Amino acid sequence: MDPLESKETYKQYVDKKSPNSPILKNCFNAFWVGGLICSIGQIIFNICKERGFDTQMSGTIVSIILIGIVAFLTGLNLFNKIGKFAGAGSLIPITGFANSIVSPAMEYKSEGHVMGIGGKMFTVAGPVLVFGISTSIVVGILYLIFNAQSITLV
Amino acid sequence: MDIDWSNVFEWTTLLKCFVTSGLICVIGQILIDKTKLTPAKILVIFVTTGAILGGLGIYQYLVDFAGSGATVPLTGFGYNLAKGAIEGVQQYGLVGAFTGGVKAAAGGIAAAVFFGYLAALISKPKMKKQ
Repeated sequence: MDPLESKETYKQYVDKKSPNSPILKNCFNAFWVGGLICSIGQIIFNICKERGFDTQMSGTIVSIILIGIVAFLTGLNLFNKIGKFAGAGSLIPITGFANSIVSPAMEYKSEGHVMGIGGKMFTVAGPVLVFGISTSIVVGILYLIFNAQSITLV
Repeated sequence: MDIDWSNVFEWTTLLKCFVTSGLICVIGQILIDKTKLTPAKILVIFVTTGAILGGLGIYQYLVDFAGSGATVPLTGFGYNLAKGAIEGVQQYGLVGAFTGGVKAAAGGIAAAVFFGYLAALISKPKMKKQ
């Protein structure tokens, strides 16, 4: 084989050798796994409603149960197998948030409890909270400014 | 307390939930496959989008239609934050913008931190495959 001279030829070589990710198959897997996770959530939600919790509380209970299950599946090294198979199907539901907290915590366990588990827990979840909470505060302030009429556009 | 299981497994609700959340995940999958975005950035994009759509009142329609199919994906997390902030403003004014969002999402955040720590404690450290 000829030596790869420039960055360009190297890139072409890599593109040729790396397997094309089969996007249709990935999307199909993401679709049904994601749908299944949320349907489990809906079933828990319906049970909570039947038990007399209000919508807000039922939603919170669904989140807590799903996060709890996924945290322990990740701890047992089972969830990353699902993640590999389903891609966004397990990343986008709240399960991905739980997984993103537990995996770095596990990985850096050896660095100790405070800076290892406690600190690294938020490597991915931190940005999510920063931007999520900041956006919500901006939304709240905008709502306050435009309070005379509701901010609702549609 | 008796539970009416026909309500719990009502198939139209479950179907709407399944299809909606499936489609949201497909959007995420396309972002993963077609762009070079890292998973962390995709999570941030989804939460922020959910919060903005929630603030505009658009996401509420999706929640009414799909239930958990719209609230369990991370866009729902953002929607929940924004909705909480708006409710906080209605109740307490400016300070509500700061307290409302996190209050609404408190259960999920606290559960993630607590179960995350517990799970890390029980897990056996394993060398990552390179």
